[in-house]
Amino acid sequence: MAKITMVEAVTMALAHELKNDKDVVVLGEDVGINGGVFRATNGLAQTFGEDRVIDTPLAEAMIAGMTVGMATQGMKPIAEAQFMGFIYPMVEHIICHAARMRNRTRGRLTCPLVIRAPYGGGIHAPEHHSESTEAMFAHMPGIRVVIPSSPSRAYGLLLAAIRNPDPVLFLEPKRVYHLNKEEVEDDGEEYPLDMCYVDREGDDVTLITWGAMMKETIEAANILAERGISAEIIDVATVSPLDMDTIHESVAKTGRCVIIQEAAKHCSVSSEIAANLADQGLYNLNAPVKRVTGYDTIMPLFKLEKKYMPSVDRILDKVEQVLEVS
Amino acid sequence: MTGLVICLNGVTHHCRPHFRRVKLTTVASFNIDYLQYLTPNGDLVGDKKPKVATDFEHLKSIYELMVLTRTFDAKAVALQRTGKLGTYASSLGHEAVHIAMGAAMQEADVFAPMYREYGAQFYRGVKLSEVLLYWGGDERGSNFSGPQHDFPWCVPIATQCTHAAGAALAFKLRGEKRAAVSVVGDGGSSKGDFLEAINAASAFQLPMVMMIVNNQWAISVPRKKQSQGRTLAQKGLAGGLPSIQVDGNDYIAVYTAVKAALKRAYEGKGASVIEAITYRLSDHTTADDASRYRPDDEVENAKQFEPIKRMRKYLTSQGQWNEQLENQLINTCKVDVDAAVEEYQNASDLSVADMFDHMYEELPHDLAEQKAYAQAMEEKSNG
Repeated sequence: MAKITMVEAVTMALAHELKNDKDVVVLGEDVGINGGVFRATNGLAQTFGEDRVIDTPLAEAMIAGMTVGMATQGMKPIAEAQFMGFIYPMVEHIICHAARMRNRTRGRLTCPLVIRAPYGGGIHAPEHHSESTEAMFAHMPGIRVVIPSSPSRAYGLLLAAIRNPDPVLFLEPKRVYHLNKEEVEDDGEEYPLDMCYVDREGDDVTLITWGAMMKETIEAANILAERGISAEIIDVATVSPLDMDTIHESVAKTGRCVIIQEAAKHCSVSSEIAANLADQGLYNLNAPVKRVTGYDTIMPLFKLEKKYMPSVDRILDKVEQVLEVS
Repeated sequence: MTGLVICLNGVTHHCRPHFRRVKLTTVASFNIDYLQYLTPNGDLVGDKKPKVATDFEHLKSIYELMVLTRTFDAKAVALQRTGKLGTYASSLGHEAVHIAMGAAMQEADVFAPMYREYGAQFYRGVKLSEVLLYWGGDERGSNFSGPQHDFPWCVPIATQCTHAAGAALAFKLRGEKRAAVSVVGDGGSSKGDFLEAINAASAFQLPMVMMIVNNQWAISVPRKKQSQGRTLAQKGLAGGLPSIQVDGNDYIAVYTAVKAALKRAYEGKGASVIEAITYRLSDHTTADDASRYRPDDEVENAKQFEPIKRMRKYLTSQGQWNEQLENQLINTCKVDVDAAVEEYQNASDLSVADMFDHMYEELPHDLAEQKAYAQAMEEKSNG
């Protein structure tokens, strides 16, 4: 079994479902012959034909609207928003229609769709190509927001997202698209949604993160291990709805918690986790919950982006703060 | 390249840049036709009359549905005024165009309405009581009778156009002989989703009919402020779609135009745009007061063109209708509407659980907790 990257795992999952479910179609800008600007749909049009892997006109609202329309009529469309920075014309369809179609028709019509979007910073991209705005969508009832952190998780979670009978926003951390390779078997096995994954067990502090920040979090945990500090790492994976049970269980064990996210701090997923810990898990905590986040500034152009994004040093700084409290 | 002048006077649609000392050739030219069969006086005009113009059994049933729709509409407004219904969007004056859309469609087609096309929906099997349920603040109204694949009412303007395009693409990909019909108003024709759907319909050659029900007013903004274009139908020309303007108060014209557009769609020839000219005789909704911005004499003048009167005149002139039938119809409509109101008012109560039960196929864990809490609090308040 060959080792593959995250973006190759995305392609593999798409191919798997295109092959196994005739209702699945992939659509978006440049997803056809070109295979997508990140090559996430590489070769799919050639294999499955241009009726299954559809190049659309350049119109994001139209892509999202048509995706809603197709989904209500029994298809399982997987739309690509080329970058998350271009997702905003789609927001009306995601929030006003996809998220509420089942509820407002009492289940008469449903929206089993996936919108995939590469997101996040760290690849020296132009303006509007680096933001992490998952919290905007996590706030909205009726849609799931799923973020993989590794090739195998991208494969398994994307399969689950496609098969899910409700709409899923699948955000792909493009900084790690090519970072690590993993052996991923194309066995069609999905990974469950709506649950956090404990990636490393530990006793002294819980590090909670998702997406590309898993890289810095693991590096920080390795350094901590050298210092004799055992960190538990949780990959949230589905940021909405949140699996707080796994998080509470971990914090009950460690008593200390640092949440790491690339996104800006205010009203973010880390805010929700921290609030929930305060509400339901306060007496398990031996120290205040700390957060390592992007700043509440505009995501800078790439000269400054490294300084914006949480670094290993910033994670270690917060971990030291929670460990200091006795 | 000096001396570029663009004519934008709104009268001529031969807008043409003028280049000094350069001879221009025409690479494409267009025109918008206008279709009318039934004049406001109820006279049938035109050389070639469609079959439906003399299908009196059909026309009588349509007339009956028009009157029922208007009776229903008046009742709905009255219910709102007496606090028994929430904000309601009236369909007064739109009966011909609405019912013609419904009647021209096949059951297998998908209808993507805005929020006042009750006539079309009644024709397709939606119950009067379900419309009341929706405006009465109850989601169960959108789980309506009739074709189960039809879209619910769409309050965000024009987004239904791209949904219809998606449905049409689904039909095309599956090789089904079905079409999607979307509706916007004159205001909605200014929106991106409408224009993007025209473009999609063109690019994918979709089995689709895009209706513009031009009732002259988008809440308080008159038609002329939406665009200086001579017609709204011509927006379809940008996508190369056959585009026509019809008298929207003439059932026969709208029915004929939609039928023809659907036939094209079924034959794989692509989408069409139809602008139906009508007039909003009511306020925008019951929350609106049109007297703030719209002259009364304009409304009075528009009444002579309204659709029901002309259909009655036509049917009467053909010996198909009389006062006795009219009186019977008025009674039947009243009975039907009263029954619908009773059904609406007798709808079972909702519990707090109803908010949660249709959010997802399976309720996520955290939401299940919120539901349990809400139910416990509901029980506590109920004593």
